[in-house]
Amino acid sequence: MAGKLVLSLDGMAIGEYPLYKERILIGRKPHNDIQIDNLAVSSEHAAVITILSDSFMEDLGSTNGTLVNGQMVKKHFLQNGDVIELGKHKLKYLNDAPSETTAEDFEKTMVMRRPTTAAAPAAAAPVAVAAGMPVGGDTLTGKQSFMGTSTQLPHSLAAVPTPPEAAPRTASHASIQILNGGNAGRMMELTKTLTTLGKPNVQVAVITKRPTGYFITHVEGAGFPVLNGVNLSVQAQPLTDHDIIEIAGIKMEFFFSTAAT
Amino acid sequence: MDSAFEIISKTDPGKVRSHNEDFVAQEHETGVVLLADGMGGYNAGEVASGMAARIVVEGLSDTWRALTRNNRVVPESAGVAGKSIQEQVERANRAIFEKAQSEPQCEGMGTTLVVGLFYDNQLTVGHIGDSRMYRLRGESFEQITKDHSFLQEQVDSGLLSKEDARKSRNKNLLTRALGIDPKVEAEINSFDVLPGDVFLLCSDGLNDMVEDEEVRLTLLTLQTNLALAGDQLVMAANDNGGRDNISVVLIKVLQAFPATRGWIARLKSWFSLRGN
Repeated sequence: MAGKLVLSLDGMAIGEYPLYKERILIGRKPHNDIQIDNLAVSSEHAAVITILSDSFMEDLGSTNGTLVNGQMVKKHFLQNGDVIELGKHKLKYLNDAPSETTAEDFEKTMVMRRPTTAAAPAAAAPVAVAAGMPVGGDTLTGKQSFMGTSTQLPHSLAAVPTPPEAAPRTASHASIQILNGGNAGRMMELTKTLTTLGKPNVQVAVITKRPTGYFITHVEGAGFPVLNGVNLSVQAQPLTDHDIIEIAGIKMEFFFSTAAT
Repeated sequence: MDSAFEIISKTDPGKVRSHNEDFVAQEHETGVVLLADGMGGYNAGEVASGMAARIVVEGLSDTWRALTRNNRVVPESAGVAGKSIQEQVERANRAIFEKAQSEPQCEGMGTTLVVGLFYDNQLTVGHIGDSRMYRLRGESFEQITKDHSFLQEQVDSGLLSKEDARKSRNKNLLTRALGIDPKVEAEINSFDVLPGDVFLLCSDGLNDMVEDEEVRLTLLTLQTNLALAGDQLVMAANDNGGRDNISVVLIKVLQAFPATRGWIARLKSWFSLRGN
């Protein structure tokens, strides 16, 4: 499903524009699809290009530029909730994620047929074949028109830069400290999703970082890791703060703390 | 052939879907591995993927067994392997297409397919749709099939970067599938195989939910325990949402598997086997 743009000025919504066609022009002059009659806006200021369910914003060399989420951009792959600013006017891009209940319908795999390879004229239009899929005629036409004009698009949309994503906040912190042997006292941060412990070909275990916490699992070797004095089975075992792990004769302590973000 | 590989497969419905439309199959003895991701209403998706799996694995194994009797090398093996895969894919396509046409509950069903055939230190891969094959060799992890999808076409034409493609809403649009048209062509590619290589076949339920780098790290870390690696991949996809069925087939190449060339070579290999 293509999204829509909501035009607002000083926090007041003043228009709503579904992205029903491939290219929507935004500018000061009347011929634009979205006309913003303000001197801060260039006569042809920006365009939004929609390919099926994806939309891209492109500044058309406007005098004052276009901001997306506060940053000056030339081209931008629009994500739900993005705010485009032209002077004092704001356009909010909305493309609701499929809701939980309808996710299955929306995510049905479909097949598009090539007009060029289809034998019968009746099959010339791209046909979505998944039974019960919720796509209407408009979307199918969109596909077809895209297929016809795709050769013009690469130039204008190539290498759309994306804003850096916010670094994920670390809600928890885990580490391992070696308790005996030559490396006694050494700390190891568990930052990766998988951290192996032990000696290859002798005994190896892996600590897995999951949304639900940290788990230890036996990987290879005749012996199984020992957790708090108890031999592990093949099953993954959850780790808790101050657990003592023993692998290939090396003892280590697991530390886990939940830090405020 | 048997001893040259370790193969494991795993399939899981994921966290959202009520049923599993994926299918995995293998025939260790002939070196055939397959994964299919079905689509279509009710349970027609698994009908299509199941048919594809059965027809292609059985057909390909039979053909290949006949061709390579006594482990003899087949002249121009790669070409013959590709042709054999193509034949079986066409056979499966016809069967699924006809069933979809004649049985109302199967209307519109189809499936993706990725099939691999290992022989003479080589691998020939046939694929249709967006089910993938990857290869881990040393530290480098590479996708060796290219999706037949709308998104892939956009990436190829420079419209979308690979990173942006992950954020796209135009997922699940295939440009090629089995059972949709009376005729279909598999894309065929052949590769050299080295001992130590790990091959992964997966449905989009894995690669949509887990980044390639994460998959690479998992295979690299856990390749000594292939079953655990498979479990870990499925678990990671589920931890990230598990929005689709998740299937993986993992093949680890334990040793070289050359076909025997002529009677002298056979004699030599017989002696070398005795010697060891």
